[in-house]
Amino acid sequence: MSIIKTENLCYVYGEGTPFKKTALDNINLDIEEGELVGIIGHTGSGKSTLIQHFNGLLKPTSGKVYIDGEELYADKSKLREIRFKVGLVFQYPEYQLFEETVYKDIAYGPKNMGLSDDEIDKRVIETARLVGLKKEHLQKSPFELSGGQKRRVAIAGVMAMVPKVLILDEPTAGLDPHGRDRILGLIKEYHKEMKSTVMLVSHSMEDVAKTVSKILVMNDSKVFMYDTPEKVFARVRELCDMGLTVPQITRVFDRLKAAGIDFNDEVYSCEYAKKLVLRLLDK
Amino acid sequence: MIKDITIGQYFPGKSLLHRLDPRIKLLLTVLYIVMLFAAKGFVGLGIGIVFLIFSFLISGIPIKMMLKSVKPILPIIIFTGILNLFFIRTGNVLLSWHFITITDEGLKTMIFMAVRIVFLICGTSLLTYTTSPIALTDAIERIFSPLRVIKFPAHEIAMIMTIALRFIPTLIEETDKIMSAQKARGADLESGSILNRAKALIPILIPLFVSAFRRADDLALAMECRCYRGGDGRTRLKQLKTSYRDYLSILVVSLFLAMVILANIYIGI
Ligand SMILES: Nc1ncnc2c1ncn2[C@@H]1O[C@H](COP(=O)(O)OP(=O)(O)OP(=O)(O)O)[C@@H](O)[C@H]1O
Ligand SMILES: [Mg+2]
Repeated sequence: MSIIKTENLCYVYGEGTPFKKTALDNINLDIEEGELVGIIGHTGSGKSTLIQHFNGLLKPTSGKVYIDGEELYADKSKLREIRFKVGLVFQYPEYQLFEETVYKDIAYGPKNMGLSDDEIDKRVIETARLVGLKKEHLQKSPFELSGGQKRRVAIAGVMAMVPKVLILDEPTAGLDPHGRDRILGLIKEYHKEMKSTVMLVSHSMEDVAKTVSKILVMNDSKVFMYDTPEKVFARVRELCDMGLTVPQITRVFDRLKAAGIDFNDEVYSCEYAKKLVLRLLDK
Repeated sequence: MIKDITIGQYFPGKSLLHRLDPRIKLLLTVLYIVMLFAAKGFVGLGIGIVFLIFSFLISGIPIKMMLKSVKPILPIIIFTGILNLFFIRTGNVLLSWHFITITDEGLKTMIFMAVRIVFLICGTSLLTYTTSPIALTDAIERIFSPLRVIKFPAHEIAMIMTIALRFIPTLIEETDKIMSAQKARGADLESGSILNRAKALIPILIPLFVSAFRRADDLALAMECRCYRGGDGRTRLKQLKTSYRDYLSILVVSLFLAMVILANIYIGI
């Protein structure tokens, strides 16, 4: 069964004002449980708007959103439960930290869920380990940490709620390559350990290519395609036309193809590329 | 874009009122208020009202906006009206029933005060509708700058106001974002007792303050990097200039004020 489903979802900002702007236009999606989905699209294509519909922060102008088979906004009193089921990490989440200690900040979400103190403690320790925060960090003020560490605390704050679906909006924005790899690594690890559905918005094709199992491409408020990385990156030209890039290695192989060396396959990771080249050289 | 409208209530336009020098507009508004309060009888008040309607027609502001500005003060008008009506005991008794006595003077004061307040608000709204907040702070700075000799910080106050105005939309946006983020973590802002709701605001207020201070720091640094040293010797990009329009409008308002004073002297009511 699909965990997230949308039917003719539309959203308009500033409805009824001269500044009205359609941010989502007739979105129909079906996302299977356990998937690790990457969402890409140019700036202003509606990615952030879309994910805020999945936990009921935004109410569709028209159309429907189903989480786990249940329609959102059918019963408004259930919205809060939905937010525990679908965890959303905003862009630059480190600006939402507020508690005196890192421990308390991570515990904020689980506490709102009404869990017992023992369970909260277990979850905080567990997620802190998962995101690579040391024990001594837990008693520090979140404002004393470095940018990358703050980011990890903020992500842990949502992960500690153990949502069935974890959604992250550009979790690697503004981090150095090393910090990026660590965040992506911990997202992958979370996905593997918790067996949950994870979605991440990203502007980096390399990041997406090496992390996800499915890609959702947004273009001009619409879904352009939702498919596996091979199939998405096979449409290099179209992606480039909408102002997106493809991983560098895919571009290299696209050029090779144009030059007459065809591998008859879509390449989007360096490892795979290496294998193909070696196989060609062996022949 | 949307957020720009919500600060102040500036209604962009090209009317004569929009084009007047903001300093002069401030002065005219003060004269208008004097006019309203100098009027002792209905004739004087009527002259003030005619003046407002006249300026309103020139300004091209929709009547709906004008009514909207009066709406929030209706309770005050009704409250003072009731006080005046029931507690003024001088004059001829119109109605007397148990402990309630209504006199003609009470009735007159009630109507007089209500009309005065309504038109006071309309007049000042007209100023803010036709003048952008930035132009207004500019005008305030210029009007008060002679007071610098007695160490009145005119420039600093104007700068503070300008910066505050500039950051209102930014902070609104920021608040929105933080609220969404905390709601996503299960913050419950809509239900519970007042105490609980106040407590639920902490996760929003703290990040908001932190970010406001961070922004203030950044801005101070950026201003210093561009050699900002306060108001002394500072020239401005947009010079305020008065023209024949401004003098003409002062003349018109003075005429109206003179009429009000004459009405006070020669016509009793
Ligand atoms: N609060 C808002 N009010 C009005 N319009 C908005 C608001 N938020 C977003 N929009 C508009 O909706 C459209 C989609 O915005 P959205 O934030 O979903 O884009 P995005 O794909 O997340 O972009 P980015 O990659 O830059 O984060 C944009 O054109 C934007 O201008
Ligand atoms: Mg976005």
